[in-house]
Amino acid sequence: MSEQNATREPVLRATGLIKRFGGLTAVNDVSLDIYPGEVVALAGDNGAGKSTLIKMISGVYRPDGGHIYLEGREITMASPLEARGLGIETIYQDLALCENLDATVNIFLGREPTKRLLGIFKQVDRGHMLAESNKVLERLDIKIPNLRRPIRQMSGGQRQAVAIARAVYWNARLVIMDEPTAALGVPEQRKVHELVKTLKAQNVPVIIISHNMQDIFAVADRIIVMRRGQKVGDVRAAEVTDDDLVSMMVGAA
Amino acid sequence: MGVDSHQTHSRHAWLDTISRIWAWLFLLAMVIFFSLAGEGFFTAFNLQAILANMAILTIIAMGQTYVIISGGIDLSAGWVMGMAAVISATVMNRLPETTPMWMVVLSGLGVGLVAAWIAGLVNGILIARLNVPPFIATLGMFGIARGIGFLLSGGMPVPIYIKGLGFLGNGFLIYYHPSAGWSLLAPPAGLAQADLRNLTGYFPFVVIVMLALLLVAHLVLSRTKFGLHTYAIGGNKEAAMRAGIPVARRLVSIYMLSATFAAIAGLVYNVRFTNGAANAGEAMLLDTVAAVVIGGASLFGGAGTVIGTLIGALIISVLANGLVIMRVNPFWQFIAVGIVIIIAVLIDQARAQFAQE
Repeated sequence: MSEQNATREPVLRATGLIKRFGGLTAVNDVSLDIYPGEVVALAGDNGAGKSTLIKMISGVYRPDGGHIYLEGREITMASPLEARGLGIETIYQDLALCENLDATVNIFLGREPTKRLLGIFKQVDRGHMLAESNKVLERLDIKIPNLRRPIRQMSGGQRQAVAIARAVYWNARLVIMDEPTAALGVPEQRKVHELVKTLKAQNVPVIIISHNMQDIFAVADRIIVMRRGQKVGDVRAAEVTDDDLVSMMVGAA
Repeated sequence: MGVDSHQTHSRHAWLDTISRIWAWLFLLAMVIFFSLAGEGFFTAFNLQAILANMAILTIIAMGQTYVIISGGIDLSAGWVMGMAAVISATVMNRLPETTPMWMVVLSGLGVGLVAAWIAGLVNGILIARLNVPPFIATLGMFGIARGIGFLLSGGMPVPIYIKGLGFLGNGFLIYYHPSAGWSLLAPPAGLAQADLRNLTGYFPFVVIVMLALLLVAHLVLSRTKFGLHTYAIGGNKEAAMRAGIPVARRLVSIYMLSATFAAIAGLVYNVRFTNGAANAGEAMLLDTVAAVVIGGASLFGGAGTVIGTLIGALIISVLANGLVIMRVNPFWQFIAVGIVIIIAVLIDQARAQFAQE
């Protein structure tokens, strides 16, 4: 893959990222490249710096050092909102959905389309939202029987699907998923794996943070291993076993 | 797991349905009961009186609906209404006698609004920017508005000496008299004092104002971005923030909206009772929160409708009116409303509990 990638431009390139909290260096000089249509798993023990690294890429933290490039252009982000504006969509473990609202509203939350009623009254265009939601869900091969039901009444897998649909609808150039299967049963985990593969097939790269070896080996092309704030491994998923991974994570190798 | 979740869902859907329609059924049952048991309850005169008497409560409760859906509460609305009523009354009294009526009303409303907006703005900033819990911020404003209202009025209601103002608060759109026929906006001319007994009015002005405000409040809540964001903030504030909704700005607007309705209610009080009293809205706190919660809003935020609040206000007002007609001691009303509000909250909690499972 590395020879193949050499000719391609990475979607995301981070070089020498550093983040310190007081005396603690949470992320120490980490560089990574993410290529189009690539699924990269970020593995590591608790406190290895995975979340901090991701938060720098998704605009939550400002790096203390290093550079981030999106499609070749250097970017700086003051907020997660700016990151989203640039096409970096992060799906957090808690999904950040409004459970009292339906799927279509959640997909469009904060960016609702409007139309004018009688030329003056600006109202939310629910018809447009429903039609567009159907389109994006179809594109992702997701079936949700009734989009007008509140999220509260949906299963964990369906919620995850809505969160992914929201990211994709807004033309994500990079999707980051934080422990996407943590709260799901086995059949629903599979559904999420399929969704990741669908994203990949549409050339959207995915970074997936996971503790779950099954997750990692089911979907990842490449695995980046973090330990104590540093990148200690960057390997093709096909070339390692879970034992290798664990050794790298705990530093026994 | 499939069966389990299916069962939870159907039980949940069942509870959702119950929580949505019980208030309607309760209202219907009450109307039927009082119609059968209370003489003079089901007459055009009495039903219109119920609507006119609930206008002030309903108007304040509309603002409270937005606030409660956003996950907050506005304890101060009743006293802000009283403060606005005192200020409006004082200013209207000082206008020259030649001032046209529309100007009198607009001036009264204008100054009342400005005073209320300051209160709403302070509430909003405390809650949205300084993270003071809504209960505490508006409890503080409850005291402040109460004090200002009494200070400005010297502790006494401010009588309004403007001819014709009382007609706005108590008049009807259409009048009918068996011998003089129909007339618009004023009783048929030339009726003797003794004939006025047979005069019937239809469509009280204050009811028309209430219905117009209800329509606007309903459309804004159910159809605009502002309304949708109100639900989103109440449902999951963190998610709303991450989705880019300007949560703090929306919250300030919501508390200012509540203050707006309070000022309008203050003016309705002015024209209805031709005075402005600092304690005009004293009884409103229990009743507005009751109306909103009976109407299906969740005190956890994220749910509720303007129509539901209307049903809640109707239940409270029909109860009050019916008990009087049945010659029950009116103090029972407080107990009855108290019981109904507790039932409403229990239903809401059961729904929230099932939603979590």
